Amino acid sequence: MSQANPVHSLANVAAARSATKEDHHIAGTGIEAKNIHAWFGDKHVIDNVSIDFFPGTVTALIGPSGCGKSTFIRILNRMHEFIPTAAMAGEVLLEGKDIYQSGTDVTKIRLGIGMVFQKPNPFPSMTIKENVLSGLKLAQLKVSNQNELLESCLVRAGLWNEVKDRLNEYGGALSGGQQQRLCIARSLAVSPQVLLMDEPCSALDPGSTLRIEETIRELSSSMTIIIVTHNMQQAARVSDRTGFFLSDGGPGRLIECSTTSEIFSNPKDKRTEDYVTGRFG
Amino acid sequence: MSTTTIPRPSKPWGINFKQAIPDMVAAFATLLITYAIVAYTPLKGKLAFVIVLLIVAIVTSALISGIRRDRKAALNSISTVMVYVAGMFVIFPLGSILFEIIKRGIGGLSLGIFTTDMAVTASDAPLNEGGLIHAIVGTLYIVVIASLISVPIGILTALYLTEIKGKAAGTVRFFVQAMSGIPSIVAGLFIYAVWMIALGIQYSAFAGAMALAILMVPTVARTSEEVLKLIPNDLREAGLAMGGTQWRTVAMIVIPAAQSGLITAVILGVARVAGETAPLLLTMGGADALNLNPFEGNSSAIPFYVWKNFLLGTETSIDRAWAGVLVLMIIVLFFFSLTRFLSGRKGRV
Repeated sequence: MSQANPVHSLANVAAARSATKEDHHIAGTGIEAKNIHAWFGDKHVIDNVSIDFFPGTVTALIGPSGCGKSTFIRILNRMHEFIPTAAMAGEVLLEGKDIYQSGTDVTKIRLGIGMVFQKPNPFPSMTIKENVLSGLKLAQLKVSNQNELLESCLVRAGLWNEVKDRLNEYGGALSGGQQQRLCIARSLAVSPQVLLMDEPCSALDPGSTLRIEETIRELSSSMTIIIVTHNMQQAARVSDRTGFFLSDGGPGRLIECSTTSEIFSNPKDKRTEDYVTGRFG
Repeated sequence: MSTTTIPRPSKPWGINFKQAIPDMVAAFATLLITYAIVAYTPLKGKLAFVIVLLIVAIVTSALISGIRRDRKAALNSISTVMVYVAGMFVIFPLGSILFEIIKRGIGGLSLGIFTTDMAVTASDAPLNEGGLIHAIVGTLYIVVIASLISVPIGILTALYLTEIKGKAAGTVRFFVQAMSGIPSIVAGLFIYAVWMIALGIQYSAFAGAMALAILMVPTVARTSEEVLKLIPNDLREAGLAMGGTQWRTVAMIVIPAAQSGLITAVILGVARVAGETAPLLLTMGGADALNLNPFEGNSSAIPFYVWKNFLLGTETSIDRAWAGVLVLMIIVLFFFSLTRFLSGRKGRV
């Protein structure tokens, strides 16, 4: 096959990805965003976004910078409210219940919806072991066998073999990619149903990126994963579904959300096609 | 057999002897010119020598770099010399203070001064009689009590400013800054007026400690605030995103990450108050006998002891005062080293 056109090669990647993934009707809770709007002060940054994230799937959110993707996923685990000028409207349903309903225990919500940040941020005063188990201490959970949990989290995050002999070293001593996988392991320790990843690979080299993508694929069988990424190949490689966000100078809108192979091979909207083929953005 | 020879490690950026010759010549010439100027012009005396040396050093180093390289190098040399001089201006007074204290104080040091007080000893008695155990105990009491009061208040204030960011944060910050400008005698007067006159409570180490706490709170609060501000927000968000309450996130993540900085804040606070004399004059009453009860009765502290002995003005009492200064310095140094050691063992950032 000679020079494939970029749309098709990405579409092939996406198609190959969905072929390897067995049919999923896995137990677990999806999360559904309904008519989400967001503001910072007077600035309307997200306009009426609704996405249903199916249980056991990986959904990639793509789009140019500043179109509200990060704000959107921060709304999904109530991190949006830490910005003083922030406001929002709409519903986020987890197990059918709105997480913004008054009287909701926010810490419990965040336990069920883990988050991995753009920059690796292991806790500097804790060792690797303490970092992984920090969620239990933070949320004051008891676990009967800590070492077992420690190992299983690190194995699932693809870090166990690299750190099993240095669990008592400080997390800051690891490389950037290892730190990010440590952060993933840390989120897994409290067994979330949903894992939000905000450009988890943007600060990492290609090797570490591949490791994390493998990790995402392995995790996707047991939880709902939502990943914001600027890397189209990454979206094609890891996700089952893709949502395309775009802002035309005003608030960000969801242009299209469908299966990943659909978005990359047969997008309904012209703007989606332009973006995934690299014509703008 | 082909062996690839590994070159010997070298530091090509270093300065070798040959390259240093012009610099050494210049340094020698600088000294010579300065000496000549001081000897043959009306600019006489040590101070004139230092200032002339400074100017000549700047001129010669600039000339040499200018000739060897260019104008940029000349400017670089001038700033280098000035930075070194500025550094020496800082180190010189500190070094000479230390030197003077050790020189004058060492004579008054003996094991006896750590075991006896001045209850039965006249101030002009020979130095091997009497001691300052009463003042050491008083200083330990007031520093420890002042720390117990002001460290929690100071750090909680800093947490309010950086973590809670409450509505009153601006006002609180303003008052903390205003408080750090309070003259120490005013803090002493405040305790004297409120605690002792209005409430009628007698002189005690505790009253002195409260006066010192007023001085210590703003130092601890401001330094802690600066330290806490340096903790990246990512860490707080990570803690909250993992289901921690704000309190647990602060206690488990923010404070441990800031630990060594917070210890520095406490040290700075202690350093601020350990040598204070004025507020103690009004609140502790002074004593020559050891008083082990910090809550009642006149007591002394090392700065108090030093002040008193200097006032007496006899030869031995002045020696006692210097010995007191040396002991105070040793105690402060000991606490600094101890806290540094303790904070160095765990929690690096």
